[in-house]
Formats: sequence, structure tokens, C-alpha cells
Amino acid sequence: MGELTLVEAINDALHHELARDPNVLVMGEDVGLVGGVFRATAGLRETFGEDRCIDTPLAEAGILGTAVGLCMAGWRPVCEMQYDAFSYPCLDQLINHVGRYRWRSGGKMEFPITVRMPYGGGVRAPELHDDSPEAYYVHTPGVKVAIPSTPADAKGLLAAAIRDPDPVVIFEPKLHYRTMRGSVPDGEYVVPLGRARVAREGSDVTVVAYGAMVPLAEQAASALAGEASVEVLDLRTLKPLDEDALLASVAKTGRVVVVQEAPRTCGYAAEVAAILAEKAILDLHGPVLRVTGYDVPYPYWKLEDAYMPSVARVADAVRRLLAF
Amino acid sequence: MRVERDLRRVIGDGESLPDGEVEGLDDADLLELYRQLVLLRTYDERSLVYHRQGRIGTYAIFWNHEAMQVGAVYALSDDDWIFPSYRESAIGLLRGMPAATVLSWWRGHPAGWWNPADYNVASICVPIGTHVPHAAGLAWGKKLRGESACAVAFFGDGATSEGSFHEGANFAGVLKAPLVLFCNNNQWAISTPLELQTAAETLADKAVGYGIPAARVDGADVLAVYEATREAVARARAGEGPTFIEAVTYRAAPHATADDPSVYIDPARVEEERRRECVGRFEGYLRRRGLLPDELREQVTGEAAQLMREAIAAAEAEPDPDPELVFAHAYAAPPASFDHDLAELRRVLADG
Repeated sequence: MGELTLVEAINDALHHELARDPNVLVMGEDVGLVGGVFRATAGLRETFGEDRCIDTPLAEAGILGTAVGLCMAGWRPVCEMQYDAFSYPCLDQLINHVGRYRWRSGGKMEFPITVRMPYGGGVRAPELHDDSPEAYYVHTPGVKVAIPSTPADAKGLLAAAIRDPDPVVIFEPKLHYRTMRGSVPDGEYVVPLGRARVAREGSDVTVVAYGAMVPLAEQAASALAGEASVEVLDLRTLKPLDEDALLASVAKTGRVVVVQEAPRTCGYAAEVAAILAEKAILDLHGPVLRVTGYDVPYPYWKLEDAYMPSVARVADAVRRLLAF
Repeated sequence: MRVERDLRRVIGDGESLPDGEVEGLDDADLLELYRQLVLLRTYDERSLVYHRQGRIGTYAIFWNHEAMQVGAVYALSDDDWIFPSYRESAIGLLRGMPAATVLSWWRGHPAGWWNPADYNVASICVPIGTHVPHAAGLAWGKKLRGESACAVAFFGDGATSEGSFHEGANFAGVLKAPLVLFCNNNQWAISTPLELQTAAETLADKAVGYGIPAARVDGADVLAVYEATREAVARARAGEGPTFIEAVTYRAAPHATADDPSVYIDPARVEEERRRECVGRFEGYLRRRGLLPDELREQVTGEAAQLMREAIAAAEAEPDPDPELVFAHAYAAPPASFDHDLAELRRVLADG
């Protein structure tokens, strides 16, 4: 067990998975020579050679499209999208092919593609380096989506994604790439997809979060200490969702606040609220509240703190819910 | 980078333009090419009838495109991969795929699913040009494994406007992927003529920007197509990377069964093109060489017609698919919610 930053944990996972399976290769913009703009792929080219850590032309649809063909040739590509908002061209391939090809082959051909990308705001970056685009990906049939919130989960979920027979998209909270350090198991380590984690136990309100919003929710829980006992549920995998964990927590607390930094409308929090309306209505003591980004373009960074969900906004929602 | 702008031709016109020959093709090869042309032509013409009879759904006609498909595939080995667009929907027949499978695809039936690895034929790509990167990736992936297989991606003139085409071509050029980029330039994208698609003098010119050599062939000349593809495949196997082939032809039929070209195409031009269509031209070539007596022609066309009769019967004999197939195969390990959804669907269907 070592202490690693979140991005070091990702790098550790990649080294172990490339060593474990000779069919795994890493491809993307600047992943080879420089080891990725965040150094997530540092050292892979030196260890595994330039055929398994490939600097591609600057074309996101081309990266994911060639990955489809690589799967047909027996490879398991791990594609890096350099930034959240730069990934949108790859949605063409994701929606039209990555999520459909296995189905189209009658289940006969597998497309074990992993797409990983840094996502999210709060990093004082130029426009379009801050998005939280998970809803587009979750909405795509045939694709699984995971978002780690800790270094250990960043390692374990990435390993699970690479080993999974289905396409998996991993969003990595770039805000915490280097600001978060935590214990990470040595060697091969897998966190199964589809299992949520109770990040903090509580009995009055459940705050549901994922990725960079999990530590924020934990801070809000601390801020509310003495006022309310807050449970923080880290979903870890958005698809498939661990419904059992969600329903179990709600059965205990009866109150739910869902936090996401993406814009509100049709975001993942809306899906959580809908599931609770369908399956937990009698457990609820009040409405499911959302704390989200707003339905606007992600603002320039002098304004981003006003846009991003904050400890104060989460605490406010918890208090409103308790007063309902 | 070399771009040949002159159209390559082998088949003459029986009058002023003499017939050429392709080195290495013997009479048996020529007759096999003919058999394959007739097979695809028959598939296409029968499909139009089946559509009008309500036995298949909307269908993308490939009449007068057969020479490009047959000529190109004949230059491949069975290990090489084919990436078809919907215009090449029946190209799997050239690799032994049952015609019933393709008919089922056009009938919207899951019996139209196939495993690409069974035939080295990828799924039919419906969105324009998005399979070009797949072909580049497959070809590159084979090369990385030290295998000699190459890939051919078929796409139309309209696809050369799509980003996917450019990204796939660029990847293939940079990675020296053993790929043949085969453009069937039939000069129309539904109702949009080539001059509204591009300001380039030829589509082959586009290859220059990717460091890829290009050739232009008469797309209605099966022998010219074969010869050009054979050269491209040889380059690919020699590690020299991709080649772009622009096969120039004319869409002498509607885009699809739902299309009415009379509002945008000059019917006189279509008639002219229909007179020089690709199967008839190859028949003339074979006749001039004394290789196609009437009885052989009747035998080949009769066999193809019989194959299609059996294929549509087999496709129509498929039972209606079980609703379970709505959920099957989307994931290797489906989410638990699918069980619930299927159970609810079955209950409602039973009540209905």
C-alpha cells in the first residue's frame, strides 16, 4: 500500500494492465513521448515500446474510430481524450459504432475499448477545459461509465474498465489529479464496476455524488456536523448504477440530495431522482433535491466558483430538506 | 506523392477502343469475375422487386456498382478485410455469406446480424464514412501483429466531405496502414451532384494531402478496378502503406427505393449511362474473346436467380424475433435492469 496522487494511481494501473495483457495498448494525443499532458501515461513508452503507447494524430473521432478497428484485430485499446470538452468529436464514433458494434454482430464480436479523460472544473483553465460531459456518455447504449473519486478507485476502476468486455468510459477528476493523495494497493488492483461506496456513514440525509463532488460532499457533511448526520454515497459507476446501494441508503435516511457539476437539465442527478421516484417513494420524507451546475456554458474562470456546486450550496440543500 | 488523373481502362468498346488484358488473369478468372458480377446484379435487381412486393424494407440500390465491388474484392485474399458502406450491402456474398443474411438485414430482422470475423467483412456502415477509421485501425492492428492482412474501405463521393474520411485517411497515411481507400465516385450523394460536394478537380487529389498515392479507374470496368486494387494491395503488403482509388462511374439508378431522381437527374444522361453499364460491358469483352456462349450466360444467370429464390424463401422462413432480442447483445454482461424490463415487456405483450 503506497501513498499516491490520483494521477499516479492511474499511471500505476496502466503499467500493471499493460504488463498483464499483451493485447492492451494506449493511444491518444501526446500520450507517448511526453507521457500525456497530465503525465498519466508517463513511462509506458519506455517500458512497453512505441507500438503499445502511441502518439496519434490530433483527431478524437479518428482515435476512437481506429480503436474500433484495432479491436477487430484483437487489441484492447485504452484511448485518452486529452480534455473533457475536446472529446465531443469522438461521440460520433461512440454513439454510431462503439456502443452498437457488439449488438450489430449478434454478440459475436467484443469491443473492449476503454476511453479515459480528465474532466471537470475548478482548475482555472481556459474555455472548454472544464466540462462535465458524463450525461452524453451515460445516455449512449452499449457503453459503461465510471468516475472515481479517490486514488485507489482511480486505479481499481481503470483496471476493471480495461478488463471489461464492453466499452467503458472513465472520467477522471482533473481537479484532484495532483491535489489528492491517498493509499493505493500495490500490484494489480481491481474495483468492480457497478458497486457504489459509502464514503461516509450518516442517518439523516444521503448526499449522492461522484467524482470531484464526493470530497465536496464530505466537506459539506463535516460542515453540518452537530446539525445533521449526513451519509455520502459515492456512486463510482454511473452505468451500470448500483441501485441496491442507492435504495439501501435512502431506506435508512429518507432524504436525498444529488450533487453534480454538470448543467442541471437531463443531467445524471435527474436520473437518480427519477429512480428514487419510481422505486423509493415510500421511503422519502421530502423531495429529492439537486445541487448542480447551471444550464449555461461553463463560465470563464473568474466566475467558475459561482457556477460550481459548493459546500455552502450542498449544506443549504441539506438544511432545506431537513426543514421540509 | 503520385496521383494518376487519367482513367484506367482495360475493357474496350468493341469499336474504336481496343480491349486490353490483365496479366495473370486466365479464362477461368474472367468467368469467375463474370459469375460474381451476375450474382451481385441479380441480388440487386431481385431486391428492388422484393421491396416493391413488400418483402424487404427500404433498400439502397447498387445497380452499375457491381464492377467496383467484384473487381476490388477479387484482388484480395480471404484474410483481408472488407469494410462496406450500405452501397456494398451484399458484398459479403463474394465471401460466401448467405444471401438470406443480407436480405434479413434489409428486412430489419436480427437474422441479418453476422460476425464480421466469420467472413472478414465488417458490418454494413450506415452513417457516411465513419467506417474509414475502422478500416485504418484494423489494417494498422494487423500490421502491429506482424500479419500480412490488409483492409479495403468502400465509400462514396459524398463521404469525402465527411470528417471521418479525412481522419481515417490521415491515420492510415501516418501509420502506414495497409489499407485501400476505395471511393466509388458515382457523382451523386442522393440529389447533391459532385460539383456541390467538392471544388477539387478530382477526388483522387484529396489523397495528396495525406501522403497517399492515388489512381483513377473507370468504375464500370471490372478489369481496370481489379488491376488497380491488385497494385494497391501489393503496396500495402510491401509495407508501403495506403492507396486511394477513385473509381469513376455514374449512379444510373435511384439512391434507394425511397428516392425519386426524376426531379434532379437528367433522364437522358441516365439512359446513356445505362447503355454502358458494367455487367453488359464485361459480357461484350467476354464475347469478343469467345468466352461467353449464350448457354453459359443463361446458366450463370439461372444459377444466380435460383440462389435468390432460395435466399428470399429462407429469409421469409425466419420466425419473428423474440422480444428478448431487443435486449440481447448490447452488453456482454447486461445490467440487472434488463431482466426487469424484459419481464415487464413480456407481461404487457401477454396482456395485450
